[in-house]
Amino acid sequence: MLRATHKTGLVFFPAFDWAIDPTHPEREERLLYTQDQVFEEGLLDIDGIVELKSDLVNIKDIQRVHFCVPDPWAVITESHLISAGGAKTIGMAVMDGTIERGFALVRPPGHHANRVVHGARGFCNINIEAIMIEYLRRAYGVDRVAIVDTDCHHGDGTQDIYWHDPDTLFISIHQDGRTLYPGSGFLNDFGGPNAAGTTINLPLPPETCDEGFLYAIEHAVLPILEDFQPQLIINSAGQDNHYSDPITNMNFSARGYARLTSMLKADIAVLEGGYAIEGALPYVNAGIIMAMAGLDYSHLREPDFNPDRLHQDPDVTRVIEKTCNYALEIWNKRAAITHTVRKKPDCGERRRQIFYDTDNILETQEETIRICDDCAGALRIDSISDRGVRMLGVTIPRKACSRCIEQGHQWYENGDRNHYRHIFLQDRVTDRYSERKD
Amino acid sequence: MIIGLDVGGTHSDAVLFDSRGLVRDIKVPTNPDNLYETLLTAFDLLMEGQRPEDVKRLVLSTTLATNMVVQNTLPPVAMIVSGGPGIDPEHFRVGDHYYVVRGALDHGGREIEPLDEQQIKAVGEQIRAAGLPYVGVVTKFSVRNPEHELRLAELLAPYVERVFMGHPLSGVLSFPRRIATTFLNAAVYPVHRDFFTAVQESLAQKGIVVPIRILKPDGGNMNMATSLDYPAQTILSGPSASVMGAIAYARADESCLVLDIGGTTTDMAIILDGVPVLASGGIEIGPYKTLIRALQTRSIGIGGDSVVRVRDSQISIGPDRLGRAMAYGGPLPTPTDAFCVLGLADGGDRSRSVQGLTPLAAALQLSVEEIAELIFTTACREILTAARNMVSDINSRPVYTVHEMHEGIQIQPDRMLVLGGPASQFAERLTTLFPGEVMPVPHWQVANAIGCALARTTCEVTVYADTARQVVTAQGEGYHQNIPASFDLGNIREIALELVRKKALARGANPEFVQTEVVEEAQFNMVRGFYTVGKNIRVRAQVKPGLIHGYDPQTETLNRSDL
Ligand SMILES: [Zn+2]
Ligand SMILES: [Zn+2]
Repeated sequence: MLRATHKTGLVFFPAFDWAIDPTHPEREERLLYTQDQVFEEGLLDIDGIVELKSDLVNIKDIQRVHFCVPDPWAVITESHLISAGGAKTIGMAVMDGTIERGFALVRPPGHHANRVVHGARGFCNINIEAIMIEYLRRAYGVDRVAIVDTDCHHGDGTQDIYWHDPDTLFISIHQDGRTLYPGSGFLNDFGGPNAAGTTINLPLPPETCDEGFLYAIEHAVLPILEDFQPQLIINSAGQDNHYSDPITNMNFSARGYARLTSMLKADIAVLEGGYAIEGALPYVNAGIIMAMAGLDYSHLREPDFNPDRLHQDPDVTRVIEKTCNYALEIWNKRAAITHTVRKKPDCGERRRQIFYDTDNILETQEETIRICDDCAGALRIDSISDRGVRMLGVTIPRKACSRCIEQGHQWYENGDRNHYRHIFLQDRVTDRYSERKD
Repeated sequence: MIIGLDVGGTHSDAVLFDSRGLVRDIKVPTNPDNLYETLLTAFDLLMEGQRPEDVKRLVLSTTLATNMVVQNTLPPVAMIVSGGPGIDPEHFRVGDHYYVVRGALDHGGREIEPLDEQQIKAVGEQIRAAGLPYVGVVTKFSVRNPEHELRLAELLAPYVERVFMGHPLSGVLSFPRRIATTFLNAAVYPVHRDFFTAVQESLAQKGIVVPIRILKPDGGNMNMATSLDYPAQTILSGPSASVMGAIAYARADESCLVLDIGGTTTDMAIILDGVPVLASGGIEIGPYKTLIRALQTRSIGIGGDSVVRVRDSQISIGPDRLGRAMAYGGPLPTPTDAFCVLGLADGGDRSRSVQGLTPLAAALQLSVEEIAELIFTTACREILTAARNMVSDINSRPVYTVHEMHEGIQIQPDRMLVLGGPASQFAERLTTLFPGEVMPVPHWQVANAIGCALARTTCEVTVYADTARQVVTAQGEGYHQNIPASFDLGNIREIALELVRKKALARGANPEFVQTEVVEEAQFNMVRGFYTVGKNIRVRAQVKPGLIHGYDPQTETLNRSDL
């Protein structure tokens, strides 16, 4: 009889009654055929695969990660509470040891949601992986976490949230930002001055095939993970690298995704994008579940799979090899890079404009990080959207040193109420979130 | 008059019911090696002095198929399956004659790979050479498109006596369960056919000529003709007889826990707002996970005759039964002996019960009365714990929409309905341990047979429509029609309700009182590129499980001139 070699939990929440709008890629129908395939394969009946009911996250779980402007209720729907809750449910089950690994097969996705949220960007409102991770850190004392984002789009939201965190290794493999939304995630984006090197971007050229993805996993991702020694590996398992995806240009197959999953051995996978809902998702999702559970997936393939059509161009291969070497070099030389970065006088400042394509909002942001050798550094964010709402957000990091705690409080208390509509403090030391109301 | 007969593992209960209510009830020991004889004995006893021509309805629940599966006495049958991409169908092998052939469909029922007719004919030759008269054919996604199964059946017909297909069994998606269920159908078939044909003939000789109805595990029945196509749907019908026996006493606005406390086991189930809760998957029995629809029930090894021991200074009850209680000549002490000691049992030799409990009492340094109390309370507590676990499992079933998540119905039983031999004794004690009302079901000793007698004919259909392709199908019903692109959920709902009604009538339902309902429905816009090309609509409809029209639980009478 068929039995999973790794006890695998699955939260399946297809949100069959939620859409951004009726014809949007992020619509009710998205996981319908995936459900058909998963059910027909009988995956949930296999010994060692368990289906868990999604829990909801609460507002505190969101505030541990985000500054929502003006407040969480204004930027989320109930569906977001459930999809983040699905990730959290899997995370808790892994930590409790009731499952060995788990997959939150949920929607809506979250990896384009930054720390500051004025609305939806890239179909995402809140970052469901970050909400899960920060909950697990608080509830279970987890410290070192690695996130490997294999969605075709750069996981810019997750990168933003962990830009300054040396305890979170964020690796994103994606189609080159010069050719695809959100247009970021280049090799030299390697993290802030307190966390240089713990953000790793692997932009891959369009038309990358199974061969190229698996090369990047084997030659860049796995060695860095091995070195970083995370307590948990999270896979942001987007499926839009598939050769049939309508909004991207990659050539990854279902069996390739399964193989990637076997190699990565993530503790937790969370579904992100993937919009070839009939021809790819049913097979990719089945493949990920089978690979996580340790089942044989050699009979899995898309109906139109033709390996002859999916040969990687030698030029593409060369670019990927170079990219991987360069990323490894950044990782290996991160101490020296930190030193160089900190020499710049304004290294603690970041000025950016962020476009929310889904909600059509433009945000202007100024960020100040306290350069610190003892912790991730106090962070101050001044943000205004083109809808006119200005906010000041201060984060005191989880393991803040006394001087960063002091700096954080100072920023919070000195914020000018005439200037800012909202002044928020995210105090991760006491796990408290407050808004100044004087 | 109606006959309800429930063949249990230890006892068989039969009732005779008419407009006055319960006319007669009997209990006979079950002979598991000769159920035929058990049935006929029960009939003879029940019908003594009655006019056979007055019997208008006859419903049986038997352990015939269950025993074959549990005792592993199923005859060999051949299975032919085709899977296509996904899990290797080799993993779902059942029996010694299992063939995987070429051919594949996708989740929309589109052909990915055609059947190889030469290969199938070659398999047919092998099956004939092996002397196997029955074959099951199952393809992945056959409920979306039965063409391959139909063609397989056609190609194999010359080689065997009968072919069983997978797609008519259920509209539910699960290839492995479809394989297991089709296998069980084919394997149970010959014994089921011979048995019920023999019963039907014997009854005819006695002058009872009404068609036999057979109880299913979903709390409904089907006529014998239907059962020949779906004999596996008779498996594990016992607990559903009990639930149907209690259902008349469950109000429409509360959730009830039903406990059927027997000699060996206690079966439990939930009735929510007057309707029994169905299991989310199908029956699981032995190594088989099936698509056979069933009530959500749980069984634990604690009953009136369970063996009581002291283990690690604790009372331990069951799960084994080694005959009757000591009070009735059995070998080891049981909860029934505890009742006897406490003066709660009618009859029985109290001194033998005392003798049985004395060493247990000594081991725990208690008096015999104290140990009897402890056994009683322990049995009740363990039953309640199992019930709580079952409720919590139902409450933690996954949901797939924001709406369902929001509704989040959490069952919390308000009342307990108890039936089975020791129901009255247990009900009294459970009252002290359960916050709600505890009520022994009237005629608790035979309420299961009453449930059997009064259960409706049930069935369900699954309808699947694609307005882009302009088709609506219900594969189990052999239904396939073209529809206008403008069809919506309302139209498909109508089709589903009409189909389920027709199906119920074919299975023996009373045309004047068929209560149908939609149990699941969803409609999705299908968007290709940037355009909505159509709707994908899915509707599941059923005959609501319940009792036949005309039964009044208050007066316990039946107001039906035709029965
Ligand atoms: Zn994406
Ligand atoms: Zn610091």
